[in-house]
Amino acid sequence: MTFEMISGSQAAATAVQRVGVDLIAAYPITPQTAIVETLADFDARGELGGEFVSVESEYSALAFCTGASASGARVFTATASHGLAYMHEMIHWSSGARLPIVMVNVNRAIGAPWCLDPDQGDSLSQRDTGWLQIYCANAQEVFDTVLQAFSLAEKLLLPCMVVFDGFYISHTYEVVDIAEKSLVQSLIGPPNFKAQVVPGYPENLHGLSTGETVHKLVKNRDDAMHLAPEVFAEINKQFKKVFGRSYQDVDEYIPAGARKAFMAVGALAETVKWSLPDLENIGLIKLRMFRPFPAERLRAIVKAYELEEIIVLDRNYSIGSGGVFAQELCQALYQLPVKPVIRDLILAGGIDLTGDMLLNMLSAGNAETNDQYLEVWGDHLK
Amino acid sequence: MKPEALVHQQEMVYSGHNACPGCGAALAVRFLTKALGSNIAVALTASCWSIIAGMPPLNALKCPVLHCPFPSAGSVGSGLKRGLEAKGYHETTVVVLAGDGGTFDIGLQALSGAAQRNEDFIFVCYDNEAYMNTGMQTSSATPFGARTNTAPYPLFKEGEKKDIMQIMAAHSVPYIATATIAYPEDLDAKLKKAKAIKGFRFIHILSPCPPGWGTESSETVEISRLAVTTGFFPLFEVDNGTTWRMTVQADIKSVPLSEYLGRQKRFKNMDQAKLEHLQAEVDRDYKKLMAKVAK
Repeated sequence: MTFEMISGSQAAATAVQRVGVDLIAAYPITPQTAIVETLADFDARGELGGEFVSVESEYSALAFCTGASASGARVFTATASHGLAYMHEMIHWSSGARLPIVMVNVNRAIGAPWCLDPDQGDSLSQRDTGWLQIYCANAQEVFDTVLQAFSLAEKLLLPCMVVFDGFYISHTYEVVDIAEKSLVQSLIGPPNFKAQVVPGYPENLHGLSTGETVHKLVKNRDDAMHLAPEVFAEINKQFKKVFGRSYQDVDEYIPAGARKAFMAVGALAETVKWSLPDLENIGLIKLRMFRPFPAERLRAIVKAYELEEIIVLDRNYSIGSGGVFAQELCQALYQLPVKPVIRDLILAGGIDLTGDMLLNMLSAGNAETNDQYLEVWGDHLK
Repeated sequence: MKPEALVHQQEMVYSGHNACPGCGAALAVRFLTKALGSNIAVALTASCWSIIAGMPPLNALKCPVLHCPFPSAGSVGSGLKRGLEAKGYHETTVVVLAGDGGTFDIGLQALSGAAQRNEDFIFVCYDNEAYMNTGMQTSSATPFGARTNTAPYPLFKEGEKKDIMQIMAAHSVPYIATATIAYPEDLDAKLKKAKAIKGFRFIHILSPCPPGWGTESSETVEISRLAVTTGFFPLFEVDNGTTWRMTVQADIKSVPLSEYLGRQKRFKNMDQAKLEHLQAEVDRDYKKLMAKVAK
């Protein structure tokens, strides 16, 4: 094991260096800039292995990765916030083209006005694009998940977005096991997927097709995505053998007898996890995989623990509708005959989660009697 | 080389493609792929050729075609070339194919970025001077005075055609050139020259569009030639952004611009004042070009 004190951004970049990619295209945007700079440092020291290309926009970064991935090359890019929004067309396209691109997105609010805080709306507004999405709760998870993302993406021929909170994870330093390159490569291996553009083979790739064809292709992509939990479990089985750590699509920390649980992703889940010892009779459902949405797992957890109430932490908001994670949870639980009450704590704008908020949220839940769903805005609980 | 020699070179475009009769863009790609040979890969941005190439799994081109979104040509091409290099295909020429919209307008940022990085591919702009695939809407390549479906009569395109060649020359890339299908031997020589050069190359091909320009499908070559002989679209090349060279000399005073415009219904409503305006623009640009060539 090789421990170092690094930031979440450095963990992401180091993981990319350890895996070994052919090409990286990137454009700086706060707060992911440190990822780009760390990769450039590896390049400057001659340790990157692949090529690092500074392009003129995020749109071009993902377009570059799309062209390169079509040739069979392993590629990586990173972005945040407006950068991700600017990529939107290519996010759809690269998934439709079934290219196993790995991208890190560091959550940050999208303007107007300008805001640097870690609202999750940037990545969540890309939820319908056909990218796998995995959220990380600390720098070690970032490192490990970036490694695993390449295997997952190449196995499923779907692009994978690894997401973590701006500043709380991207800019804070933690002790991370950054395994040796040789060890990582013995596990992940070289790029393992079929090239689309092969000189001499006159394929017409992604040209004009009928709605009937696209209808089938959308189903194909959905079928591929639903293989993710199984493939992810297999990847983690191998990962555990080498690193002694493994991950699930959903982690649960629910004490025996508890009928209540928080549901959170990313750094919020970490905050709640460390608060659990101070709270009575309540657990945590930590959502890691958001696409595909692990509906079956969540239903199983609710049934197994006979949960009566779930408090969702949504550091995002779909204006005119509600918190995104709560919406998706409600959809997943709809078919259960007995449904838990859902309380949704809205931290839109990327506001901080405090201990008081958690405590007040518990009583806010208790105060309501008949509502199956209650939305509470964070600033009302301070 | 004589045009007959070009005819006998390997055919890379199948007959039965989806272009309109008399399509300048179809001929342009036919000639340019003949010049480049079979070891090519095409990144194709949204444009008429997105349709001409056919519906997968059919392919009008005898090489891999990677379709890509409208603004992305320069970047997808960059990634494709570097990816193929990483995969060991060092001899494959990557061609990025874009219309004037994907070059002059929505594709300009990626084009400029790729040129500035001196990416190793040939960017070909087949310029039919409007968004012809979507139905003849104004682009910044549309010449002054032309009617389009976003400038219908009595409106007309008011601004000048963007001078993309000066923009590309300002990037000091290894090679840029203009070409038309009326001078296939000139086009062939330029593509062969481009193929032998490493780094960013840009070929601007004027591509008449019979339905969009309001010409007969049989007139495409003739119209292309008039564009050159009237000085509207001079044929030249620039090495490294510094050495400008005329490749086809034309006595532009011998054929009036009205001869070129009069054959196209899109200029039907050009009055004398507009004609003089456009003539002045053509004369000014030609003079500028001559000054550069003379150096």
